[in-house]
Amino acid sequence: MNAPSSIPALEVRGVSKSFPGVKALDNVSFTIKRNEVVGLIGENGAGKTSLLKVLNGIYQPDEGELLVDGRPVTLASPRQAFDTGIAMVFQEQTILPSLTVAQNIFLGREEEFLRFGLVSKARMNEAAAAELKKVHLDIHPGTACAKLSFADRQMVEIAKALSLDSRITGNITILLDEPTSVLERKEVELLFAIIDDLKKRASIAFISHRLDEVLAVSDRVYVMRDGKVVKEFDGKDVTEKDMHQHMVGRQLHTEYYREARQTACSEKVLIEARALSKAGAFRNVSFALRAGEVLGIAGVIGSGREDLARCLAGHTKADAGTLEVNGQRARFASVPQATAQGVGLVPAERKVEGLVAQFSVAENMTLAALPKFVAKGLLNFGAETAQAKSWIDRLKIKTPSPHAMTGGLSGGNQQKVVLAKWRIAGVKVLILDHPTRGIDVGAKEDVYELVRDMTSEGLAVILLGDTLEEVIGLSSRILVMRDGEVTASFEAPPGGKPTQIDLVQHMV
Amino acid sequence: MQTRKATSFSYLEQWRRWAPLAVLIALCILIGLFNPNFLSTGNFIRLLNSAAIPVVLCMGATFIILMGSIDLSVEGIVALTAVIVSLLVANDITTYKLGLFAVPVAMAIGGIMGLVNGVVHVKLKTPSFMTTLGIGFAGLGIATAILGGLTVRIADPTFRYLSLGRILGIPMAVWIALAAFLVALTIQQRTRIGAWIYAIGTDEVTARFAGIPVEKTRILVFALAGLFYGLGGVLAAAQFGQGHALIAQGRLFTTITAVVVGGTALSGGVGSVVNSIIGVFIVVVLANGMVLMGIEPYVQQGVQGLLIIAAVALALDRSRLSVVK
Repeated sequence: MNAPSSIPALEVRGVSKSFPGVKALDNVSFTIKRNEVVGLIGENGAGKTSLLKVLNGIYQPDEGELLVDGRPVTLASPRQAFDTGIAMVFQEQTILPSLTVAQNIFLGREEEFLRFGLVSKARMNEAAAAELKKVHLDIHPGTACAKLSFADRQMVEIAKALSLDSRITGNITILLDEPTSVLERKEVELLFAIIDDLKKRASIAFISHRLDEVLAVSDRVYVMRDGKVVKEFDGKDVTEKDMHQHMVGRQLHTEYYREARQTACSEKVLIEARALSKAGAFRNVSFALRAGEVLGIAGVIGSGREDLARCLAGHTKADAGTLEVNGQRARFASVPQATAQGVGLVPAERKVEGLVAQFSVAENMTLAALPKFVAKGLLNFGAETAQAKSWIDRLKIKTPSPHAMTGGLSGGNQQKVVLAKWRIAGVKVLILDHPTRGIDVGAKEDVYELVRDMTSEGLAVILLGDTLEEVIGLSSRILVMRDGEVTASFEAPPGGKPTQIDLVQHMV
Repeated sequence: MQTRKATSFSYLEQWRRWAPLAVLIALCILIGLFNPNFLSTGNFIRLLNSAAIPVVLCMGATFIILMGSIDLSVEGIVALTAVIVSLLVANDITTYKLGLFAVPVAMAIGGIMGLVNGVVHVKLKTPSFMTTLGIGFAGLGIATAILGGLTVRIADPTFRYLSLGRILGIPMAVWIALAAFLVALTIQQRTRIGAWIYAIGTDEVTARFAGIPVEKTRILVFALAGLFYGLGGVLAAAQFGQGHALIAQGRLFTTITAVVVGGTALSGGVGSVVNSIIGVFIVVVLANGMVLMGIEPYVQQGVQGLLIIAAVALALDRSRLSVVK
């Protein structure tokens, strides 16, 4: 019943998918041919994972259609995708530690092992052993997954997807979302051998941040940027450099990032890190941040830059190395300690970590500096409101009043409230983690303007930008991190900025 | 190509797994040293007998807690089913004489109460905490209303045999509890629902992605728990020879304590009905030991309260918790 082999195993036509504030997929067309390995690359947030999630029935596209073996299909759930012959290996693992290896592999599909309503463990374990053999994992299928290492769980996850092989008679497609990020060298080689073998029978889509891996296994490569497919490379005659070029694409707009207002940094060091390390997160990070400086940190997910930011702001403690604030040894055990020393973090998850949505604008603004508004043990609401009003004017925050609920403001205005909170708390160093994520273009420019305001007032900013472009445009110096280590450092004076390709080379 | 072995997990997790059993053994030794009577055969059978009803109730509650939910309707369902079964067998108020046929009827009513718990919780999306608290009180209310606050006396020796009769010198209630345990163990180990309960309790999103009918499973598990509570109500009526609205007093606390002390995590996904058996014995042995040592009843209650807090504190992996509500 197989369709002729010229028909693609999987085809996506003009698919779009929006989430509040972001267009995750914008008119994407994409095909995986029979017995083909397709690589999918792009920066963080380019839409790679969203695309695979549409193919796996987790996201329903707003527009466009999906064809499996040339027939239009609707995939309402991952289970339905599985029954259609599509399985996915997730970036964030879905192996449940409380179940055995065999139970995980066949979760939700136990019916084939049922006899009189009871699951035959012997038959289930036997079937699981066959799947484990494919990934060369020598463990008993009855082992609880809690006892496995992360790498082993990843291999079980892959075995789970491969179990499709013996259960679907038609063509099968395996989607791999960063399957190698927790694997060691040997396991990666094993995975490639498996992919090579699997090709005889299946079609494969493969996402990785490591371009050398993509080059090694892919027959064809799609490059995504801002939710669009921007380039398709055929064959194996593509180089890493070509891929970089298309991943980053755009040219810089100096105007957009207010480069003219970039301040020359002073000699005054506000914060200095020496050989800062935290197990499993980052190693040996050193830098000095001076007043008036914007220090950009570039890196992909897993580079350790988020962990570094949280550590600098007192959310977690470093294992080794020293931190000096204004020339004094500092050791932040908590966020209030970091705040007292003048370091604040504007988190990426604004709604969860940055704001209390049910609080008023004034309440949110003064949250990190409440003691300043306390007289005789009671809050001085007058002072609080006055302070909030002055910042609302200064930052041009669009709110009906200082007492309006913050949750009702737009994303950009919410972000300004967060910035005002740290300014009121009197921080000297502000760490911005994806400060423009999910806010519209106009609001982004406002945020850039605010960054320039801060540096001209002698504050310093550490920026984990939403895009490379943003990091380059705003920063006066850029550190590049990969796998927890600083791999490169660039000076970025106005007119002498590094290119995105310069940075990407050290990121992946 | 080379193959690889599974890596073992930490000693701390190993210890957590065996801690409840270690606590039980230590308790037995300690109490035995204080009072040698504790280790006598007579006392042992007394222990088994007082563990019977808690074991039956815990079998239901364990599944609920493994799903990450909570069930506070234990006392309401036990009281209602105990009253109903008392009225259906030979008694001093009604003229029904259903004998042992009253047992499935009472269990079915327990099951229906559980079903209502599940349906309300899932369909109205009300937290299980509030849902079961409400249904539990409704059960208590109905039980009180049926009897108008009176007590019904059972006059059916065959029915009372369910608790008082003995086989091989061991009370019938203990055999019934053993059967309930074996049924629960089979459900946990050998059915799809068993695996799904763990999956839902660990990560509901993953469970949904795997095609597990999460809502249906939740409703079914609440109904199943209701069946166990119904059986608990039957045993309570048979033991005391009467039915009244207050017959279940204190059962809820003992049940939840036993499940948690046994090592089943309130957050769901971790634990088992075997753990709960150990938990029941820790609670029962402690109570029995305190009686033997002549400790005042109110102090005993206090000790139980501290026990549940100690158990939860020991079982938590605090390094992974950032927000506690």
